[in-house]
Amino acid sequence: MRARVFDWRRMPEYRTISLLAFVFLYAPLIILIVYAFNANRAALIWGGFSTQWFVKAVLNDDLRRSALNSLIVAAIATPVSTLVAIPAALAFERGRFFPGRSTGEALIGMPLVAPEIVTAIATLIFFEAIGLRAGVGNIAIAHIVFCIPFALLPIRARLREMPRDIEDAARDLYADSWAVFSRVTLPLLMPAIVAGATLAFVVSLDDFLITFMVAPAGATTLPVYLYGMLRVGVTPEANAAATILLVISIAAVVLSSVLVRPRTVKA
Amino acid sequence: MQSLQTVARPEINLRVGSEGQSQDQSLDIETDSSVRLVQVQGVTKAFGVGPTALKALDNVSLTIRTNEFFTLLGPSGCGKTTLLRLLAGFEHPTEGAILLDNKHVVNDPPNKRPVNTVFQSYALFPHMSVEQNVAFGLERLGQRGPEVAERVAAMLKLVRLEALAKRRPSQLSGGQQQRVALARALAPQPRLLLLDEPLSALDLKLRRGMQVELKRIQRETGITFVLVTHDQEEALSMSDRIAVMDHGRVLQLGRPSDIYERPNCRFVADFIGEANVLPGSLFGFKAPYVAIRPERVLLSMKQDPENSGLPGHVVEVVYLGATTSCTVALQGGPLVKVERSDLPTGLVPDRPVICRFPHDALLPLES
Repeated sequence: MRARVFDWRRMPEYRTISLLAFVFLYAPLIILIVYAFNANRAALIWGGFSTQWFVKAVLNDDLRRSALNSLIVAAIATPVSTLVAIPAALAFERGRFFPGRSTGEALIGMPLVAPEIVTAIATLIFFEAIGLRAGVGNIAIAHIVFCIPFALLPIRARLREMPRDIEDAARDLYADSWAVFSRVTLPLLMPAIVAGATLAFVVSLDDFLITFMVAPAGATTLPVYLYGMLRVGVTPEANAAATILLVISIAAVVLSSVLVRPRTVKA
Repeated sequence: MQSLQTVARPEINLRVGSEGQSQDQSLDIETDSSVRLVQVQGVTKAFGVGPTALKALDNVSLTIRTNEFFTLLGPSGCGKTTLLRLLAGFEHPTEGAILLDNKHVVNDPPNKRPVNTVFQSYALFPHMSVEQNVAFGLERLGQRGPEVAERVAAMLKLVRLEALAKRRPSQLSGGQQQRVALARALAPQPRLLLLDEPLSALDLKLRRGMQVELKRIQRETGITFVLVTHDQEEALSMSDRIAVMDHGRVLQLGRPSDIYERPNCRFVADFIGEANVLPGSLFGFKAPYVAIRPERVLLSMKQDPENSGLPGHVVEVVYLGATTSCTVALQGGPLVKVERSDLPTGLVPDRPVICRFPHDALLPLES
């Protein structure tokens, strides 16, 4: 008799526990979406199906402005942080050793490690100290900084698993440094760059704490505005707005996975 | 870029019957500079610094001729791949000089050398089709249009992959990828083609086939091939000349038959084919060791009145099909392996036998 290989999936109650975990993770989201279609004013008492709160949310000027701000900030932070992350990943994975390299790696990853509230307060104090008052620009700068490590993660991982032989082969075939990068490295990195940009976009879109601290009056983003709505009283309008935010985030992820899907080649 | 194109690139021409050429040239190599393609002069390559530095190459000097199939043979870690990377330009020697066509190339980056490489991993560009892979080097050299298409088609024909031009590397078998790598490296007509253990990832049958193919392609293109391998059979069957390396040094350099028939040291005798290494004093040699190939030892069941051999007894008999291998323990201890097709019948363990060692088959070894 050969002993069976240990497999978590054969543990007792594997299905039940997995199911409970999924319910625990997704039930709040589902409830949020369901109650966005509630006709009743009180958020948690069901009063029949209605889309009036979506209409109300869309017609709410403040909400529209904050959603637009969110998109503007993400639209700035995503490309800028990705453009910084690409050369950073190349320097860390392909470059020669340089003094301060490991310090640089640690510093660039800091936003992943440091408690967000610390970063938020520090950024606020820093902006006050230098007197930076660029409105939405303030938020965008803060977002660029904490988006870089997120954009960097998949790009570095991809570079690490990409054999150097391929770039060596390009150099061997008379490609100068720029041609190696543009013809070989960059095309092969593309899926990781799209993934990194998506991560940065989603992280920027739903950031609350740092934005809450650095956002000047009149330049709030959607998460911060939603928080404000809740303090006044929970109405299904907040549910509807949150649902819209959720749909945008999911759409970004779906779009990026469609973009990098390997093209099927005619055999 | 321009300077690269002006380097003489031999047109593909069929040169049938080029064997024996190496023999003709073996004498004038040091005097006639026209046949000297690569000169490696006192090259040392150390990785790391200080007392922990690892010397991958230790004062290596050798000359590679135009149009030859040259092999760097040795066990892993002997420095053969380092030497190849130095020729390609991926590494910079710690000491010494490398000349290509009598020009110093040590400071030229890989993209400025008329040298192409077939990588052990093939290193094909996964995002390009087979044709795009093969065209890459030509396009980097500034060639465009029908010229490139023609050359790519010719190369794919040379490696017999015309039908797969539009495929991606991931849709090809290992053997086909190998051919694409070869076509890609040959397309720019390099002065020197480097092959880094190109056959090691193929199964035995494919490997045999590719050995013949590589030899054919080398003959047809007239390009100098430098092959790195740890497979002595591959080296013997394909090369015009072989450099046997160990611990960063070239131990022996010569034609396959020289190296097999006249090894100059114990390592070479052991590494190339099988060899029985015995104390030289046993046969009255001054050399400390004497080697003899298993197929040259004679075995008989009874004492020969004219030629007194060395007595011993059979330890093991293994039937190998075409030949039979018999291990004999000589009196006094040393084991001798005999592998022949004409061994006497009735050999069983513990049977007393006589081993005879023809004098012309004994290879004295200095170390």
